[in-house]
Amino acid sequence: MGEQIPLVEYLVLGAEPHLRAHECTKCGARYFDRRNACASCFADSFKAFDVPTEGELRAFTIVTFAAPGVPVPFVAGVIDCQGTSVRANVINIEPDPEHVELGMKVRLATYSLGEDDNGVEAVGFGFEPIGTNS
Amino acid sequence: MSEDIWILGINMTKFGKHPDLDTVDLAAEATTAALKDAGVTMGDIGILAAGNLMGGGLGIGQALQKQVGQTGIPVYNVSNACATGATALRTAIMAVKAGECDMGLAVGVEKLAGAGLLSGGARAADKNEWTPKGRYGAVASVDGRIGTDTMPGVFAQIGMEYGHKYGGTSFELFARISEKNHAHSTLNPLAAYTKRMSLEQIMNDVMIAYPNTRPMCSANCDGAAAAVVVSDSKLKTLGNEQQRRAVKVSASVLTTDPWQEACQILPDVNTLTRNAAEQAYEQAGIGPEDLDLVELHDCFATAELVHYDNLGLCEPGGAVDFFNSGASTRDGKTPVNVSGGLESKGHPIAATGIANIWEVCHHLRGEAGDRQIEGARVGLAHVIGLGSACGVHILESSAA
Repeated sequence: MGEQIPLVEYLVLGAEPHLRAHECTKCGARYFDRRNACASCFADSFKAFDVPTEGELRAFTIVTFAAPGVPVPFVAGVIDCQGTSVRANVINIEPDPEHVELGMKVRLATYSLGEDDNGVEAVGFGFEPIGTNS
Repeated sequence: MSEDIWILGINMTKFGKHPDLDTVDLAAEATTAALKDAGVTMGDIGILAAGNLMGGGLGIGQALQKQVGQTGIPVYNVSNACATGATALRTAIMAVKAGECDMGLAVGVEKLAGAGLLSGGARAADKNEWTPKGRYGAVASVDGRIGTDTMPGVFAQIGMEYGHKYGGTSFELFARISEKNHAHSTLNPLAAYTKRMSLEQIMNDVMIAYPNTRPMCSANCDGAAAAVVVSDSKLKTLGNEQQRRAVKVSASVLTTDPWQEACQILPDVNTLTRNAAEQAYEQAGIGPEDLDLVELHDCFATAELVHYDNLGLCEPGGAVDFFNSGASTRDGKTPVNVSGGLESKGHPIAATGIANIWEVCHHLRGEAGDRQIEGARVGLAHVIGLGSACGVHILESSAA
């Protein structure tokens, strides 16, 4: 397998891909982007927190009309990963309201965005229903 | 305690398509009419706060002055997403409250007719070398890959999240909220769209972001609104008719979103609205049960539902029952968006936060014609801009 790069820095690749948040060492608030100080308690030190890879779909929409260049339809949602809210697409599912359900159990899954000119493969993530065989 | 503030004059232009008028023309039209409504001139105004979010030009306030009167007063050009109009109004109110002047003018204007989806922008083609960029170190565009940046999609999730928490929501329920607002709009000659739409028409229209179809989304259009505010002591020196028609600003509140666990991934439009409503009721010394009408920020049908709850119009978790009871229709207990709301009246962004004040004032003055809510004495206007900012104003008729 060639070199891989995650779609975003907070996606950790490897044998068990997962998301990694910056957790405030004082109050425990978690952030996926870098913060100068904690938005909740203003402390300024953070440690890495590995976000559980399974969760529950707390909100979703099926986007059928998006900005130019964004393929539709797709399912966008909020996944509650055992106390850490994650924004992601729901993948490996039919994008219609008959198949996507609030409260459904989902788990992190990765997919390839393709290779660049240097042969580096970008890898993205989504959440798929638990129980699918993909 | 600082003195009371009153709306002395207010106006909104027809919302819709104005191909022959630019933002400055529209702002001037609303301003001139608001001054006339107030019975004053630019010579009386001590501060101007103006907003135009999408125009991209600098200094809408100064450009407006060139058309209606350059008197050298301070201008504050404000920008606060969809709460821009309310922010302009609040800026003028704060200046008068602070005693810097006794009369202020707030203006909001937008040209959006024909604008498409408001989102993060077109996705650029992927580069031929993956290079991390930005605060997330993203190697490619994330809109559509990690959730959605589109407004219909964001607010769809906000409504769905409420449904997940409390139950009772469905595509049809959200569509019925839109049906109500489109029905209300038929009585509003200034609305961009005044067509009654059946539930079937709404549900079978183009799906934008489930469960929001096109008529369940706020309508992009052109429009402007302007308001003249005056101090209580100055108002007492003015004519009887001016005093009779003046509308009291019983509460003027602007909040931002305090930190919440999930706010980094889905904007939290709830907490800041709840905070603003609580502060506003306390300032005004009234409760939600006292409201004769409410204009709230139905940028999408899914948003209206959550704000019933956030504004305290129902028990916590009771928004679905509140709507199903018919309480929010124009003959219900607490009529909501009798103007037609953003879904049909239209949403020229920076104008919206003053136009909803105009709607409430119109009823409190007993001047709303066919859509008058009889005997209206107290009303609330709410806007929210993502980022986020929330404006809540409570208004009372002078005889209240």
